[in-house]
Amino acid sequence: MATPNFKHALFCAIVTLIIAYPILGLNLVAQGTKVGLEGATTSTVISVVLAAFVVFFFQLFRDSIMGNLGKLPKLNPLSGREPMPQAKRAKLESWVLTAIVVFALFWPFLVSRGSVDLATLVLIYVMLALGLNVVVGLAGLLDLGYVAFYAVGAYTFALLSQYFGFSFWAALPIGACLAALFGLVLGFPVLRLRGDYLAIVTLGFGEIIRILLNNWTAVTGGPNGIGGIPEPTLFGMEFGRRVKEEGNTSFHETFGIAYSGEHKVIFLYLIALVLAVITALVIRRLMRMPVGRAWEALREDEIAARSLGLSRTAVKLSAFTIGAFFAGFAGTVFASKQGFISPESFVFLESAIILAIVVLGGMGSQIGVILAAIAVTILPELAREFADYRMLIFGAAMVLMMVWRPQGLMPMRRIHIELKRQE
Amino acid sequence: MLEVSNLSMRFGGLLAVDQVSLDVQEREIVSIIGPNGAGKTTVFNCISGFYKPTGGKILFEGREIQGTPDYKISRLGMVRTFQHVRLFNQMTVVENLLVAQHRHLNTNLLAGLIKTPNYREREQKSLDRATYWLDRVGLLDLANREAGNLAYGQQRRLEIARCMVTEPKLLMLDEPAAGLNPAETKDLNQLIVSLKSDYNVSVLLIEHDMSLVMDISDRITVINQGRPLASGTPAEVRQNDDVIKAYLGEA
Ligand SMILES: Nc1ncnc2c1ncn2[C@@H]1O[C@H](COP(=O)(O)OP(=O)(O)OP(=O)(O)O)[C@@H](O)[C@H]1O
Ligand SMILES: [Mg+2]
Repeated sequence: MATPNFKHALFCAIVTLIIAYPILGLNLVAQGTKVGLEGATTSTVISVVLAAFVVFFFQLFRDSIMGNLGKLPKLNPLSGREPMPQAKRAKLESWVLTAIVVFALFWPFLVSRGSVDLATLVLIYVMLALGLNVVVGLAGLLDLGYVAFYAVGAYTFALLSQYFGFSFWAALPIGACLAALFGLVLGFPVLRLRGDYLAIVTLGFGEIIRILLNNWTAVTGGPNGIGGIPEPTLFGMEFGRRVKEEGNTSFHETFGIAYSGEHKVIFLYLIALVLAVITALVIRRLMRMPVGRAWEALREDEIAARSLGLSRTAVKLSAFTIGAFFAGFAGTVFASKQGFISPESFVFLESAIILAIVVLGGMGSQIGVILAAIAVTILPELAREFADYRMLIFGAAMVLMMVWRPQGLMPMRRIHIELKRQE
Repeated sequence: MLEVSNLSMRFGGLLAVDQVSLDVQEREIVSIIGPNGAGKTTVFNCISGFYKPTGGKILFEGREIQGTPDYKISRLGMVRTFQHVRLFNQMTVVENLLVAQHRHLNTNLLAGLIKTPNYREREQKSLDRATYWLDRVGLLDLANREAGNLAYGQQRRLEIARCMVTEPKLLMLDEPAAGLNPAETKDLNQLIVSLKSDYNVSVLLIEHDMSLVMDISDRITVINQGRPLASGTPAEVRQNDDVIKAYLGEA
């Protein structure tokens, strides 16, 4: 029992040494025109050896450490409780959601401009995660290229405004529908694939879109991106200091108040909030409709679902398209918030972050996804000193999560349809 | 209504079904029997579109359907159960029945989002239909339970109810009595007979329980190692020498 563990631990420690030393310990230094190799300083050597020891002991006692980690939820006083009756839970959930929304409505008037700006970003991620949740959590399709649809939404607005002078409100539905159309067209050939293959192909698609945007310089401006994307207007009132568009009025003049840059930020925040709420409500409703049940049925037992007349392609395609639609939504808001977009905003990391939010939140659960979106967007901002280790912390958090709570922070417990007895 | 002629299905080197023919008329119960591994389930899989047969013809109401995708076949009015029960375990009993009525409900998304009266009416109808069939198979009290928590016999009945809410013309049951106790088997017997007499459904049945098969079948097809061995009424099959030798004799 102990021996194989010991051998394994030793092996891992040596691998750590072999990998860590060249990466951390050896530096390339320029010596005139030549490049030379320089050995490690003592402190680096010490930390590499230390790391090897940590790996060694962790692997040696891995079973007991992991075992204890698995028992951790028992410390949580709530974990042993009976699940709430469904009616009560549904009520509680709507109360919590309403409370969050009400709080979110008044909150921007109390805090700084920077916080509101960040909160808008959180809301964009909430929209994205809720949309991806449909694809991954509800329909069970691993989509690693979700950011492509986000990009389609953002670029649709950017291009429409640049070439045809479309406003935010006109571009919003177009961006979302175009993203949905992309989802439909892409999904059609791809959804026949299963599991891992689907993940890889969607990953590829995400990259193709980004590379296309990068290289189609004539239209998209390539890596330089597109700037001057207009902000949303409120019934034809602009939030800038001066009115840019013929026929519009400006917000501060109409209401006779002093110009303040904050108005614009708060307004954008409120739009994002409204759209996020709409997204959440629509998806909640979809889950209780036949489509929602079809997604779940197909995820649970595809063969049985097909034997009952559910077309695999149609059902999966609907999830894919609806997910893409909301990504387009979010993309339009993002473009408007930034005022400038470039392909750099739509790299694979972005897909990974959105997916992480969905997984952290507990696939399928809306409150979980909202909390996770807040955590994933805000924590890195709070811990800026650790910016270099962001990805490391992120990875470690994901691994711990998978061990400790593979079902996510708040796993989905779907509201079942109840059959009421007519006595 | 169903006519299968010279059906063959080959898996690599194995000819699992070899030139099997059978037919089912309106309001008829036809059974397929045969020893384990004879190819009965494979015949089902071909008819229901899960496999594309390598040879032969399948006609349903005069249309050739071999190679048609499974979900389309079930929409034609031919649904099946599985040898190993396949329910949506995490959904409730009534939701299992609602999923089955998906295509009756398949209105556009917008109608569902804003709950048009038409949509509500359809939803209510499918709930009513579910209620009716749950009552019919004696599961109404368990309607809001998760399907995975039901007892085995109840799961079997739910699977049949789930087929019936789709209002099929032909019901295909793969060993519905497997794992049932004698009392449950008796109930099943009555249920199948009533499906035929009260709901005008034809039944194609695979079953190992001989007393059940002999009792309710109008006709029986026997297959052995993929090949048709005999067919006819229960009395004829019982007296067929080949059948006695190959199958009944063993037991
Ligand atoms: N997908 C498949 N690939 C390869 N061989 C298969 C496949 N499906 C079935 N077979 C083979 O076909 C033969 C017939 O199997 P089938 O399941 O149809 O028998 P059965 O009559 O239903 O038996 P049982 O009474 O045990 O249910 C078996 O030898 C089986 O191994
Ligand atoms: Mg079988």
